[in-house]
Amino acid sequence: MLKMATTLKTALRALRRNPLRSALTTLGIIIGIAAVIAMVQIGEGSSAAIKQTIANMGANELLIFPGQAVSAGVSFGGGSSVTLTSADAAAIARDCPSISAAAPSVNARMQVVRGGMNWVPQFLIGTTPAYLKIRDWPLAEGRAFGNDDVDGANEVCILGQTDVKELFPSGKPLGKTILVNNVPLRVIGVLTKKGANMMGMDQDDIIIMPWTTMKYRVSGSALQNQNQSASAASATFSTNQLYPETSQSLYPVESATEQQDLPQPVSFPNVNSILVSVPSSSQIPQAITEITALLRQRHHLQPGTPSDFNIRNMTEISQALGHTTQLMTNLLTGVALISLMVGGVGIMNIMLVSVTERTREIGLRMAIGARPGDILSQFILEAIVLCLFGGALGILFGQGLSMAVKSLLHWPIQMSAPAMVASVAVSVVVGLVFGYYPAWKASRLDPIEALRYE
Amino acid sequence: MELIKVGNIIKTYHLGSSDVQVLKGVSLSIMPGEMVALMGASGSGKTTLMNILGCLDRPTSGQYLFDGQEISSMSVNQRAAVRNRKIGFVFQNFNLLARTSALENVLLPTTYAEDGLSARQHRQRAMELLDQVGLGDRMDHEPSQLSGGQQQRVAIARSLVNNPRLLLADEPTGNLDSHTSEEVLRMFQKLNAEKDITILLVTHDANVAGHSRRVIRISDGLIADGGFQSPSAAVAAGSASDAKR
Repeated sequence: MLKMATTLKTALRALRRNPLRSALTTLGIIIGIAAVIAMVQIGEGSSAAIKQTIANMGANELLIFPGQAVSAGVSFGGGSSVTLTSADAAAIARDCPSISAAAPSVNARMQVVRGGMNWVPQFLIGTTPAYLKIRDWPLAEGRAFGNDDVDGANEVCILGQTDVKELFPSGKPLGKTILVNNVPLRVIGVLTKKGANMMGMDQDDIIIMPWTTMKYRVSGSALQNQNQSASAASATFSTNQLYPETSQSLYPVESATEQQDLPQPVSFPNVNSILVSVPSSSQIPQAITEITALLRQRHHLQPGTPSDFNIRNMTEISQALGHTTQLMTNLLTGVALISLMVGGVGIMNIMLVSVTERTREIGLRMAIGARPGDILSQFILEAIVLCLFGGALGILFGQGLSMAVKSLLHWPIQMSAPAMVASVAVSVVVGLVFGYYPAWKASRLDPIEALRYE
Repeated sequence: MELIKVGNIIKTYHLGSSDVQVLKGVSLSIMPGEMVALMGASGSGKTTLMNILGCLDRPTSGQYLFDGQEISSMSVNQRAAVRNRKIGFVFQNFNLLARTSALENVLLPTTYAEDGLSARQHRQRAMELLDQVGLGDRMDHEPSQLSGGQQQRVAIARSLVNNPRLLLADEPTGNLDSHTSEEVLRMFQKLNAEKDITILLVTHDANVAGHSRRVIRISDGLIADGGFQSPSAAVAAGSASDAKR
């Protein structure tokens, strides 16, 4: 240990003796490490931005639908039973550690009227304020509705860009009122443009309101199939248009007795789906496990019985996200390795020149009692010290470079502590590997010839 | 007992396919406290013999006892230790480290010494030696700021820092003018007389050799004259006639 300290001191003195040569040697590593740090930080910033973009497409979202209703062996398809409630959504948000937010969603498809304009939005959604956070969807103007609007079933709504265009050709929708199913809703906010989703559906064709407003004021019933069949009955399942003379309804009007016998369950707090967001796509399996356990418990399902809900994730998008991340990581690693190789070869070159230049010094050291091992460790230590020093400077330069890129080009930058630690470790290894050959060469010199070297 | 006892040393160099015998059976001995000059023309084998005596090189055959130790069978590292602790080198071209203070230059051999002394003790000793060679006020000067004679005195201080038994000086005045040469040679004489250090001066200059008490002449790979201190010592060594053949 003491010997090591002495050798280190010798190496440091030797380096100080020729500052220019030391600086030139270090330059290779400085540039190498600076390139690595800058590349990794810029790359990780871009990678994070790309991940964010893909995540915005829904990669980190889970959709929970109620299970299917089955009657006499006839399945009514997914979402046909009434099992999910807004309380389920609240419980998921509260009790599942792997998720970041959950919002219930009540959907309907109906006409919206404003003055002389009318429109049927693709998405007419009743939800909670968490919805916008999950979809990562900022407002262009106005405000979002709050939890108090949900509690009070307030008659407010937020419009997507398409609906603004269709209902307010002159713009300025804020504070105006639209009619949805004859319920007046005040427009309190406008969403930013999001464009089409992966299926080509216009995501901006949306009107969002508190789910309580939707359920208890606008839509009446959240049982989509009933709702649809009711309207469908009046619209299609009548022979009026085909046979105007015979005004016979295929579905006879219910009598008072029938209505009493089959009351409509209008005040179930059930929702069509629950939208859940997960912090990262890697946590999706864990989130699914947690949600399944929680909902089974809340729905009092015995072990062995099938779940009365379905959880869907965006596998395709998640995979795209995973592949992109992997690709970016590989690219960055490749660039980093090449930079360090270049730096290392630079170190080796100058170390070799240095050994030739210092042949006399090596001969002298050997003549006065340095063993080959002493020379070897001195030169290796010199290389390592240079690499460490270069690594430290390189981190500073790289940091400065990425800062400059950030402030001049406004690229996203992400600080990378692992990259710094790794580059310091790598610079030591580079020093060892590329310093070894010149050091070995130095240690093999014959002191007699080395002393005579001109 | 002899400090240096060389018996029938042969050194052969392989140059391509042919072998060149540079030393053809050299025998000599040097007693502790002697000041001896090794003289010979260039090509006489003088440098080769000096390298062997300085433990820098090993003979092809023959014995070399230095301070009671057989050198010719030692490993590289063992010889490095002997050079470090028992031999001080003074070179023609000084061989000081550039851009390094006189004091640091003198301290250089202590780096490899492993003698159990602290850095402070080494420093103390180096400063004393620089004082003795008359450079006590120039310890922080770098070689480029010193004259040739001063540089050689730094080199002498360096050669003495580990308290060697032998001081081996290879043409120590070769790069100096006659006045400074005289100074340096007197310093050797003083060291020899006062400190009882054995000194071997390797030179081709008769004037330099004249400062020593004995001259060993080497010619064409053989000792021509003066291999042993006195006839009695030569008889004791038992191979004077061989050496003078």
